[in-house]
Amino acid sequence: MITSLRITPARPGNPFVAQVEQISGQKILACYQCGNCSAGCPMSDHMDVLPNQIIRMVQLGMREQLLASKSIWACVSCMTCNSRCPKNVRIAEVIEALREIVLRTNDRRDCLHITELSPETIAALPPIAIISSMRKLTS
Amino acid sequence: MKLSYYPGCTLKSHARNFDDSTVASMARLDVEVKELANWNCCGTVHGLTSDNLIQRMAPVTNLIRAKEESANAFMTSCAMCYNTLKRANQHVRADAEALATINDFLSLETTKYTGDVDVLHLLEVLRDQVGFEKLAAKVKRPLKGLRVACYYGCLLVRPQEVAIDDVENPTVMEKLVEALGATPVRFALKTECCGAYHTVGQPEVVADRTNRIMGNAHSGGADVVVVSCPLCAHNLDHRQQEARRLNSNFHHMPVLYFTQLMAIALGCDKTVLCFDLHHVDPEPTLAGLGLV
Ligand code: SF4
Ligand code: SF4
Repeated sequence: MITSLRITPARPGNPFVAQVEQISGQKILACYQCGNCSAGCPMSDHMDVLPNQIIRMVQLGMREQLLASKSIWACVSCMTCNSRCPKNVRIAEVIEALREIVLRTNDRRDCLHITELSPETIAALPPIAIISSMRKLTS
Repeated sequence: MKLSYYPGCTLKSHARNFDDSTVASMARLDVEVKELANWNCCGTVHGLTSDNLIQRMAPVTNLIRAKEESANAFMTSCAMCYNTLKRANQHVRADAEALATINDFLSLETTKYTGDVDVLHLLEVLRDQVGFEKLAAKVKRPLKGLRVACYYGCLLVRPQEVAIDDVENPTVMEKLVEALGATPVRFALKTECCGAYHTVGQPEVVADRTNRIMGNAHSGGADVVVVSCPLCAHNLDHRQQEARRLNSNFHHMPVLYFTQLMAIALGCDKTVLCFDLHHVDPEPTLAGLGLV
C-alpha cells in the first residue's frame, strides 16, 4: 500500500471529473480530506490507493491512475465510508462510477471470470454470491 | 395476522434453513406467512450509479407482484433482498420521472407501480408488529445458557435511510435473542463487512474477514454467531476452514440464522433447522446445552 501520493495539477473543466460526478451523482469537491472514509474501510489492507486518496485523485482528474488501481475492485460497497463522511460524500458511489467507467468501455476489462472457476466451486457458492459478484465486477 | 413474504433465491437453495425456519417460527407466532406468487430475483445489489435505471427493474417487478396480491407491504428475512428492494422502493418513490420511465419500460405489466407497497425486514415485523414480549411468552424451550454474538453486517444498517436500527450500534437482534432466553454478548465487529461477494473471486480476502469477525465474537465469549444474510452466513461459516489456515489459533464456531434460534425456542420441528447445510455443525454446541 502506498502511503504518500504524487499529485498532478487539476485541469479546470476536466471531462473525467464531470463524468464521475454525473455517474455517481456526487459533488466531488465537497471532500476536505479528513480521512474518515479510509479509517473505517474494511478493505483498506487490500487497496493500493485509500478511499480518501481516491476522492482526491478524482478532484485532480487523475483518470488513468484511478482506472488502473486495484482499489476500485477491492471496494465492496459496504457503505461504512458513506455513513461516516462528515461532508456527506458517498464515496462508495464514486468508486462504483470508476468501476463503471472501466466496465462500460469497449474492451470490457472484467474483473471476474466466472467461467474459469471449477464446477465444484460454483456449486458450493450460493446464488447471492454469484449474482452480486457478477453485477459488481463484470460488464 | 397475515403477512406477504418474499423469500429470495438463496433461501430456496443454499439457505433453505433460513426459509424453513422463518415460515415455521412465524406460524408459532400466529402469523400466516404467504409467499408472493411469481417473485423474481431482487438483483442482489443496489446499483449505485445515478444514470442506470435498469438495475431497478428487478426490485420493481417484485413490488408489482405484491400489489397484484393486494398487499400493501411484504416481509423478507434476507438482509440483502431487504436492502435492495427497499432502496429501489425509496428511489422510485422520491423520483417520479424514474418511476414513469420504469413503468414505461415494463409496458407488458398490466399493473403499474405507484410506490404503494412497503418493504419490511422480518426483524422489524418481530419488533414492531409481533412484539418481543409476545414472542417471549410463546417460548417453549428457553435458550438458557446460550451466549450469542449478533452480527448485522452492512445491509441491515447501511445506508442510514434503510437502517432498521442504530447505524453504529444496532441492538434489535440482541433484544430478540434475550426474548428467546439466550444471552447476547458484547460484539464490537457486529457491523463490520464480511467481504461479501469477494468470496467468489478472492476467498482469501473473505477468510481474513472471517478470521477477524469470528475471532472477535469468540473473544466476547460467544457460543454461536447469528446472522440475517445468506452471504454473511456463507462467508462466516464456510470460510472458517481458510480462516484456520491463516490463523492456527482460529476457533471454529457455528453460525446460525436468527430464525433458527427462534424455531428452536418456539418448539418447531427439528427438520426446519437443516443443519446439513452448515459447514460448522451447530448440533454439538446446542446439544451440549440441552437445546436440541
Ligand atoms: S470522509 Fe468524506 S470528507 Fe473525509 S476524506 Fe472521506 S470523502 Fe473526504
Ligand atoms: S464502501 Fe468501499 S471504500 Fe467505502 S468503506 Fe466499504 S469497502 Fe471501503
